[in-house]
Amino acid sequence: MHSDDKLIRMAGQMADFFRSQPGAPAEAVAGHINSFWTPRMRQDFVRHLAEGAEADPIVRDAARFVRLPEQTPARA
Amino acid sequence: MKDFIIPDRDFGTPAAKSAVTISLLVDGIAVSVPAGTSVMRAAAVAGISVPKLCATDHVSAFGSCRLCVVQIDGMRGTPASCTTPVAEGMVVHTQTDDIARIRKGVMELYISDHPLDCLTCAANGDCELQDMAGAVGLREVRYEAGANHFARRDAEGPNPEYRPKDQSNPYFTFDPAKCIVCSRCVRACEEVQGTFALTIEGRGFDSRVSAGMMSDSFLSSDCVSCGACVQVCPTATLIENKVIEIGTPEHIVKTTCAYCGVGCSFDAHMRGEEVVRMVPSKDGKANRGHSCVKGRFAWGYATHLDRKLEPMIREKITDPWQVVTWDQALDFAASRMRQTQAAHGVDSVGVITSSRCTNEETYLVQKLARAVLGTNNTDTCARVCHSPTGYGLRTTFGTSAGTHDFDSVEDTDLALVIGANPTDGHPVFASRLRKRLRQGAGLIVIDPREIDLLKTPHMGQGLHLPLRPGTNVAVLTSIAQVIVAEKLYDEEFIRTRCDWDEFLGYAEFLMDPRHSPEEVEKLSKVPADLIRQAARAYAAAPRGSIYYGLGVTEHSQGSTTVMSIANLAMLTGNIGVPGTGVNPLRGQNNVQGSCDMGSFPHEYPGYRHVSDKATREIYEKAWGVPLSPEPGLRIPNMFDEALAGRFRGLYCQGEDIVQSDPDTRHVTSALSAMDIVIVHDLFLNETSNYAHVFLPGSSFLEKDGTFTNAERRINMVRRAMTPKNGYEDWQITQMLANRMGANWGYTHPSEIMDEIAMTTPSFAGVSYDLLDREGSVQWPCNEKAPLGTPLMHVDGFVRGKGHFIHTEYVATEERSGPRFPLLLTTGRILSQYNVGAQTRRTDNLVWHPEDILEIHPSDAENRGVRDGDWVRVASRSGETTLRAVLTERVAPGVVYTTFHHPTTQANVVTTDNSDWATNCPEFKVTAVQVSPSNGPSEWQEEYGSHSERSRRILPAAAE
Ligand code: SF4
Ligand code: SF4
Ligand code: SF4
Ligand code: FES
Repeated sequence: MHSDDKLIRMAGQMADFFRSQPGAPAEAVAGHINSFWTPRMRQDFVRHLAEGAEADPIVRDAARFVRLPEQTPARA
Repeated sequence: MKDFIIPDRDFGTPAAKSAVTISLLVDGIAVSVPAGTSVMRAAAVAGISVPKLCATDHVSAFGSCRLCVVQIDGMRGTPASCTTPVAEGMVVHTQTDDIARIRKGVMELYISDHPLDCLTCAANGDCELQDMAGAVGLREVRYEAGANHFARRDAEGPNPEYRPKDQSNPYFTFDPAKCIVCSRCVRACEEVQGTFALTIEGRGFDSRVSAGMMSDSFLSSDCVSCGACVQVCPTATLIENKVIEIGTPEHIVKTTCAYCGVGCSFDAHMRGEEVVRMVPSKDGKANRGHSCVKGRFAWGYATHLDRKLEPMIREKITDPWQVVTWDQALDFAASRMRQTQAAHGVDSVGVITSSRCTNEETYLVQKLARAVLGTNNTDTCARVCHSPTGYGLRTTFGTSAGTHDFDSVEDTDLALVIGANPTDGHPVFASRLRKRLRQGAGLIVIDPREIDLLKTPHMGQGLHLPLRPGTNVAVLTSIAQVIVAEKLYDEEFIRTRCDWDEFLGYAEFLMDPRHSPEEVEKLSKVPADLIRQAARAYAAAPRGSIYYGLGVTEHSQGSTTVMSIANLAMLTGNIGVPGTGVNPLRGQNNVQGSCDMGSFPHEYPGYRHVSDKATREIYEKAWGVPLSPEPGLRIPNMFDEALAGRFRGLYCQGEDIVQSDPDTRHVTSALSAMDIVIVHDLFLNETSNYAHVFLPGSSFLEKDGTFTNAERRINMVRRAMTPKNGYEDWQITQMLANRMGANWGYTHPSEIMDEIAMTTPSFAGVSYDLLDREGSVQWPCNEKAPLGTPLMHVDGFVRGKGHFIHTEYVATEERSGPRFPLLLTTGRILSQYNVGAQTRRTDNLVWHPEDILEIHPSDAENRGVRDGDWVRVASRSGETTLRAVLTERVAPGVVYTTFHHPTTQANVVTTDNSDWATNCPEFKVTAVQVSPSNGPSEWQEEYGSHSERSRRILPAAAE
């Protein structure tokens, strides 16, 4: 499987979990991605979605909460 | 800390537990002991040794030899001190003329049926029979030589009572000629190990020790070779082959087993720089004097001929290896790493550590990545086993730590064992649990396979929920539903320790009919009634504990399963008191430690996220470099990135990723795409077939450091011999780092621990001095808990209120279908360890020469497979062949195998599915098809020849 598709699949698994939690699942998925994925993986993920990859609506919605490298706080 | 020459003192009978203290006089010395203590032990406490043969404090007293008789004022006769309990005001005499006469008589009888070849006996100098003969002053034996058990033949011909030695076990010998039938071995096998392999056959003069049936040898019997019987045998009857070969040891080094997460403490009995035997320490707080076959006997790999002692390099992985000097190897490795970074960016390289490495080694390797390479691309093989434990427990309780110590099992009323096979995976813990089960504690097992724990002798019925692999969450959530529906929960606990409103939301989630036992039965195949029984039993137990293993974590819903387990404990208030808790059974020895030490790409030591500014500043100050706030790559992501050409350099310490990670083909093609792979290991492991640099490692016997076991216990590993490869592993990492400009100057691992303590709040109080003094401590160890923390969450959860999580079952994508109709699940067996790199290089092979496939007879019949046939196992990722065994331990539709042998390559068939939260691979469920076969698969042959080619070594270049 192409690695971009794998990212979408992994995010889909997160959506499956957060869907049943109280709160906002898209933000939770993005929060999880922000904590555990490298900037490059996050970038690829957002780009792949923008290019029209198929994904769960929660995953799609999560993209806008994903922090991209430009927004990364400068090294302390 | 070397040279403890005085062995653990033997108090004769086990310690008694009682709040009541009894005072008595022994030979005029006043002594106070807990009620229930034997007179023998009380005397020992007073410093008086009463002669004894059949008693030892490893097992309960039996009172058969009568050597330990004493006189007690007001009591008639001469009672045996080992079986007589103390009473208030007792006056005991251990040496009187009467007693001396009796003891001499006893010894005379024993010696009359014992060969007098002491000078050439393997136990010479270490034999209690000898000692007792001396202690009672035996000077002559008045019996005529007559019927005996030791002479091969007499004047008339062969002696019918004589039995030859049993040398079937590769590690110890049983010589019946020397047996005094004290039954210590039988009691040790029952009480300490819980296997019941030995019996005393016959009565009186005819009685003898026997392993199982008359026809059985030790090897063919139920014996699991734990060695408990050998340890307690007072004579040379049961003795380690190494002692026979080498002689008695002369000094002791205290250390820790390097195999499983129980973390048994051992006394390495040494002769010079050679190990004579490993004896589990009685004061070891995890193992209390017991061990399994791996720790006690399977350390021969450290000196195995396969071990590589010289560094090697090669330009391409298709070249043969070239032996070089340390300088050449390190220069080559360092410059390649730096070149790769220069060409492809700072984040194009990374490191992987193993949970077999010490805390100090792991800490250094992650420091190398973060501070020297400048990337957070660091991961550990704990990724592939227990990362969901970290995530799940942290979300619910506030810390990833297991909650209890192993001692706590002695207080449990019911153990719920999920996805674990402790008798094989965590044998010493299993022995301790079995002891408790024999005392009447309840047992519930949730596992696809009927594990051996269910067959504990003398135990009532254990409950077995044989679920379909991959349905853990459904079953556990259903159990929670029953507990809530039937109002079996602990309301007071939930109100005080958790958030009541949140509980109500969770209860509402649970009460949906989709979580009912009937609905869950449909997908898990566990009868609804069993789910209800399990729920009621766990909720009813005053102290219910949960122990779980990789069968929980290695699933696409691994983290969710851990959370459902935590939910159950919170619902029933089973947290914070001994005998309860949520206890992960960690796979390898230092899984806990390698997680603690910051080897995950998103966390510094002590589980602090890399984006946390305050923590980052601590390390920037300590290490003197700026650090990245962004998480790095996890192992599976590293492989994906490697195939995309963006991850190109790897330093891999002590971990054989080719064999231990799923979807072998994916891993090998990723490695083949890299510019520099550095393998640091004892052996040319499977991963080294894809490496450019090989750095020879040191074994746990050759270095100082610490391991942290499954109970968060930090145990010392001590150097018992000089590293054969020249350096301890932490030194090698330091040399590599310094080649890349690190400028480190550690001179001893204790300095690394000091740095860990200085920068990590939960380790603030830890130092080698403390560990030497206390033996071990459990973190958190700091100002609030200067001697560590045996029990977590006693007065409140680490995160404040316990957090209930809605645990929705999501079916794995790995479903059986028409092409792959069976579900494969994997596990391990007692005598082998992990990928077997060590155990395969010991005599443990006699128990497990190859991996086999367990298959239900009906599935086998459908496919024309007979017991012992070669079969092909195919999944969507690959196929392999191995031999089949027909058994009803697995349900129809499920097959099971181990992954200890590289030729099987069971991971060729596992897939790249993983846990949603942590990417822990889904080892425990793979859809497969099984069919008859007549030989190795194409992959196995191709791999075999590749690995032969890539292990070629050129002789060192002439000077
Ligand atoms: S084998 Fe050793 S421990 Fe067992 S009965 Fe004989 S002498 Fe005692
Ligand atoms: S080695 Fe262990 S299992 Fe085997 S007979 Fe001795 S005590 Fe029992
Ligand atoms: S392998 Fe585990 S149970 Fe066996 S001796 Fe080592 S630490 Fe103990
Ligand atoms: S030691 Fe007490 S009877 Fe044997």
